[in-house]
Amino acid sequence: MSTEKLKETIQKVFPDVETVICWQEGFDKLHTTPLFMTASAQEAKVVWNPLCVQNLTSYLPSMKKKVAVVVKGCDSRTIVQFMEEGLIDRNNVVIIGIPCRGVVSVKKVLRAVDFQPIEDVKCVDDTVIVKTASGEKTLKVSDVWPDKCATCQYPTPVIYDYLIGDAIESDKPAESVYEDVREFETKTLEERKAYFEREFGKCIRCYACRNACPMCVCQDSCIAETRDPHWITQKLSAQEKMMFHMIHSIHLAGRCVECGECERVCPMDIPVAKIKKKINAEMKYLYDYTTGANPDDKPPMYTFNVDEAKIKEHKL
Amino acid sequence: MAKTGFLPKEKIKDFLDALSKDAQVHVPVKEGDIVAFKPYSADAEICLTRPANTSPKAVIYPQCDKLLSFEYTKDPEDNKKTSITLSDKRDYPNAVIFGCRPCDAKGFTIFDKVFVTADYVDPYYREHREKTTIISLACETPFAGCFCVAVDGGPADKVGSDVLMTDVEKGYYLESLTEKGDKVLSLPMIQEGASYQAAAQKIQTEAAAKVKNPLPKGATEKVNPTLFDTDEFWQQVAAKCISCGACTYLCPTCYCFNITDEAARDKGERIRTWDACMFQHFTLETSGHNPRPVKSRRLRQRVGHKFAYYPEKYDGVIACCGCGRCIRHCPVSVDISEIVGYLKDPGQDPKTWIERNTKAAKDGSL
Repeated sequence: MSTEKLKETIQKVFPDVETVICWQEGFDKLHTTPLFMTASAQEAKVVWNPLCVQNLTSYLPSMKKKVAVVVKGCDSRTIVQFMEEGLIDRNNVVIIGIPCRGVVSVKKVLRAVDFQPIEDVKCVDDTVIVKTASGEKTLKVSDVWPDKCATCQYPTPVIYDYLIGDAIESDKPAESVYEDVREFETKTLEERKAYFEREFGKCIRCYACRNACPMCVCQDSCIAETRDPHWITQKLSAQEKMMFHMIHSIHLAGRCVECGECERVCPMDIPVAKIKKKINAEMKYLYDYTTGANPDDKPPMYTFNVDEAKIKEHKL
Repeated sequence: MAKTGFLPKEKIKDFLDALSKDAQVHVPVKEGDIVAFKPYSADAEICLTRPANTSPKAVIYPQCDKLLSFEYTKDPEDNKKTSITLSDKRDYPNAVIFGCRPCDAKGFTIFDKVFVTADYVDPYYREHREKTTIISLACETPFAGCFCVAVDGGPADKVGSDVLMTDVEKGYYLESLTEKGDKVLSLPMIQEGASYQAAAQKIQTEAAAKVKNPLPKGATEKVNPTLFDTDEFWQQVAAKCISCGACTYLCPTCYCFNITDEAARDKGERIRTWDACMFQHFTLETSGHNPRPVKSRRLRQRVGHKFAYYPEKYDGVIACCGCGRCIRHCPVSVDISEIVGYLKDPGQDPKTWIERNTKAAKDGSL
């Protein structure tokens, strides 16, 4: 149903835009891949289902002409954050929003079928039916969704020009969003250190996390590679890798829209979003600020208040 | 006649322990949900049921390789005089790669042409290569993105391996392919293999039939130069690429590197590290000029290197082993086999291709 409505809407936005960024089936049935669709063709390729995981808004800042983009609720926060930070011109983006009840984590689906080769995948209501050599397995989307879906507060896009279907309200408690952060914090310092050293030790420095991150704006001046300043060497120690990931996280303080792209794209399955989420939790506490929620907000790191209610100043 | 043998599954540990006596043994280890090549240890959870996320290339061609170390010393008598001490002491241990796939092993033969048999020999690579024994495991089934048969390979291809193992249920049928392989097969736990040959052959043949071939015109068909030189084609196929290095770093045949001096205070190291042609910096020149300033040009380089320039230079050999990692693990599912499929279709007319596949991204931003 939604797919048909989406296709209709896409036809409506032409010729106002030259390109619509949406999803199409990828190299196998489990993967979708971005489709940069133009007026003339390819309508048949457009898909919308729980396999449409990628946050397509990441491409927006590099687009020089007016484009339309299809967004889920979570993805739409990126657009709002772009607007707050002046990274896109809203007049150059047509937003086609889709209320979303959750997508799947490809990694979790693969785990659920014991990493066997996928023969077929069908999306039926709130399940995905995955066929492997061992037969068909029906997985509830809620059993294999990325962690962000489990606490989703924005099932309906927060900003859109067209909405496909009816808006839906979140049924997840707001307090649940940072529950995982608080739980992780109950571990001892040593345990946490060992955890991150082990996880970041797996990093191959491919920078998929950085390049997939819609909010990474340093582009070709990233500290990961610059020789001036020369803050990180090209060595492969856990220390160097950790340094990069820490700086990446700090750069996203009060900016990370929690889309989870960094973690989704990691070929080594490193939980790279964990620290970013912790920092966001702190930003929420200190400034009562939620990223990508309201285009009129000012990100806390973009402004300065002499008296911050929750920050104790040194009394000089 | 190649030497053959049989390794019962319950003897794998004994086998690896025996190999470990005079070599570092690298095995595919399960770490959480991923599989990566790690030095063998008794508590490592070895995973042979799916290809590793990473290729084993780092064993022979380390991601970070110290070429030399240096230290500056000031003359205590004259502060203006500084001397430098260099040390290029290196260690080349005997190594074994166990449980890689035939495509992984073939990857090293692509390196050999550049680093060993070329006009300029790379001594670091050559030493590691000579001291490494490769024991591959034939694939019974293709995994997402696999296309070895399309690039002159196969799930039981023997090129590059010293020993090829085939899983025949209770154990592995072993075929020795080199002198190094003969040595492996002479270990005491290796049993007589001849009786398993037929079973292994059947598995190998069946596996080959299961692998998809996205290049039906044949691996030898050259890329279509007109389409290859069409910018719009590359803009279209590269539109979704995010310019990360996942494809190149996981690739068993990508060998481009960078050399940097990493110093702190008065001493440091000159290291060679993997580089990736997908990165913006890759061809950035000191002047500030970048001959490949946009990602479409960079993707063209990656595909061109593997399927056009390398074959031109090395007798038609394709610098891709079809392992599928770059497809399987690409953050945005860029499919190199699809791109090459277009390029190798001799009837492909650039105009028609672009019309059919639309004319997206003409704004130069891609």
